[in-house]
Amino acid sequence: MTLTPEDVAQVALLARLRVSPAEVEMFTEQLTKIVGFVEQLNELDTSNVEPLAHGVEVFNVFREDKVEPALPRAAALANAPEHNDECFIVPVVIE
Amino acid sequence: MDMTRLTAVGLIQEYERKTLSCLDVARGYLDRAEKYGRLNVFVHLDGEAILSRARALDAKRASGAAMGRLAGVPVAIKDVLCVEGEPTTCGSKMLSNFRPPYSATVIERLLAEDAILVGKTNMDEFAMGSSTENSAYGPTRNPWDEERIPGGSSGGSAAAVAADLAPLSLGSDTGGSIRQPAAVCGIVGLKPTYGRVSRYGLIAFASSLDQIGPFAHDVADAALLLGVISGPDPRDATCVDAPVPDYLATLDEAPRALRIGIVREFFGAGLDPEVEAAVRAAIQVYEDAGATVREVSLPHSKYGVPAYYIVAPAECSSNLARYDGTIFGRRSADFSPRYPGEDKLPPIVRMMMASRAEGFGAEVKRRIMLGTFALSAGYADQYYNQALKARRLIRNDFDAAFHEVDVLVGPTSPTPAFKLGERAADPLAMYLSDVYTITANLAGIPGISIPCGLTKAGLPIGLQLLAPAFAEESLLRAARVFERAGDWHLKRPPLA
Repeated sequence: MTLTPEDVAQVALLARLRVSPAEVEMFTEQLTKIVGFVEQLNELDTSNVEPLAHGVEVFNVFREDKVEPALPRAAALANAPEHNDECFIVPVVIE
Repeated sequence: MDMTRLTAVGLIQEYERKTLSCLDVARGYLDRAEKYGRLNVFVHLDGEAILSRARALDAKRASGAAMGRLAGVPVAIKDVLCVEGEPTTCGSKMLSNFRPPYSATVIERLLAEDAILVGKTNMDEFAMGSSTENSAYGPTRNPWDEERIPGGSSGGSAAAVAADLAPLSLGSDTGGSIRQPAAVCGIVGLKPTYGRVSRYGLIAFASSLDQIGPFAHDVADAALLLGVISGPDPRDATCVDAPVPDYLATLDEAPRALRIGIVREFFGAGLDPEVEAAVRAAIQVYEDAGATVREVSLPHSKYGVPAYYIVAPAECSSNLARYDGTIFGRRSADFSPRYPGEDKLPPIVRMMMASRAEGFGAEVKRRIMLGTFALSAGYADQYYNQALKARRLIRNDFDAAFHEVDVLVGPTSPTPAFKLGERAADPLAMYLSDVYTITANLAGIPGISIPCGLTKAGLPIGLQLLAPAFAEESLLRAARVFERAGDWHLKRPPLA
């Protein structure tokens, strides 16, 4: 399929990436080329094939429900761009 | 004796004979790292911390305490692995100030065995790339030819060992990111079975494909490091609770009736003739050593790269959603509306979009976009689910082949190291660097690259061996059969 600049702008919004008009143009061309390449997969008849999400399939891993020390709050906050003593601070969510 | 030419196994023997101290060795490697700073191998190297660790290990040995399996061995660490309190950038501007509050399980295991961590190595941003040119901190140079790439994404870790800046290093391999740089840097690189090594503290790229593994000069050193990092971990539920054999102890047991498979599809168009000649010569070495060699087919191989470029970007788009300027990582200082339509978005959305636009490089953005597209409404079934079905067919091919043979042998990379900048403008050409390595990640099986030749221009060539899941022991032994017959593992780059 051929992606349009509108498709790319919509994907960028979903991906939370600010893109300039020049980047929209570049990604439209590059993504169309890559999507065209991966469309080889459509040659395969997969009607009776189960999807494989992990190469080595592991099921039902259990552990004891034991309380362990968690990351101290100060350590969890230490890398935040903005924080106070107990919270991450972000710009206005609802105006 | 130049201690920086010793393997880890050789270094440990010298320590036991008390001919070297950890402090001598740490100083030797730090001097060398300084001398070859132009290779841009390390993004972070704390000389004082390394010397103080070396002194502490010398004191421990002097006290008569039992020493760990990697006592005093320098190990360089790809900057994708969290080390508590140390800068961990993942090759990205996004994490330029990030200091993790905990260490990866593999780091804890190295420290418990008395290793010396010697620096964080350069890499393609978030491990996405095949050349280390996608690093926000500049490319690493190949020690064999400084105008060429060291492979990627673990290019810094491969170059560290190739240039003798550390005898061992750790990398991560999502589509070939250990094996391809090992091949083009002339060293050994091993991607373990998915679930052999804990991924806890490995910054996630594609969680169903990522695996941590060793770089070394020879198979014995790779076996030693693999043994230390393998085994179950309550912090990673995908890490399998299977016994960890002593890989080093059994390495020189000759495999009984070794059956080698040559994958027909790995010798097609795009394979460099010098690489092919070296690999064919390596196969002859196996025949001479008494192995049975037969051709096998992996008919769905050609779908490996396309399936990967849906699965890996899909997982990456989800994993990298966490970098949004709120909890950790970069936040943009200016997120006022800039492009048409942005004025309608709430400030927090603009903050996330601007932070991600500033923090990520072009390849990471491209893969996030591709993955978001492949998972978006209306396309998930056509692209993502079809890729997962192709993945099943690829694994079925390997299952069938391993009924016939013990290991598969072929080229690691279709070409030797290419020139810096040569493929930077063409993402698809770059993706094809991983054509022979990528299917092992999709199938979850282990693979190793070992040096098997040099081109006329003096560039290293890698031989790839693949084995069934959790057959690392036989993979290493099979690799050792070739290594023992020659001296490619002893070659060093002509560094001035």
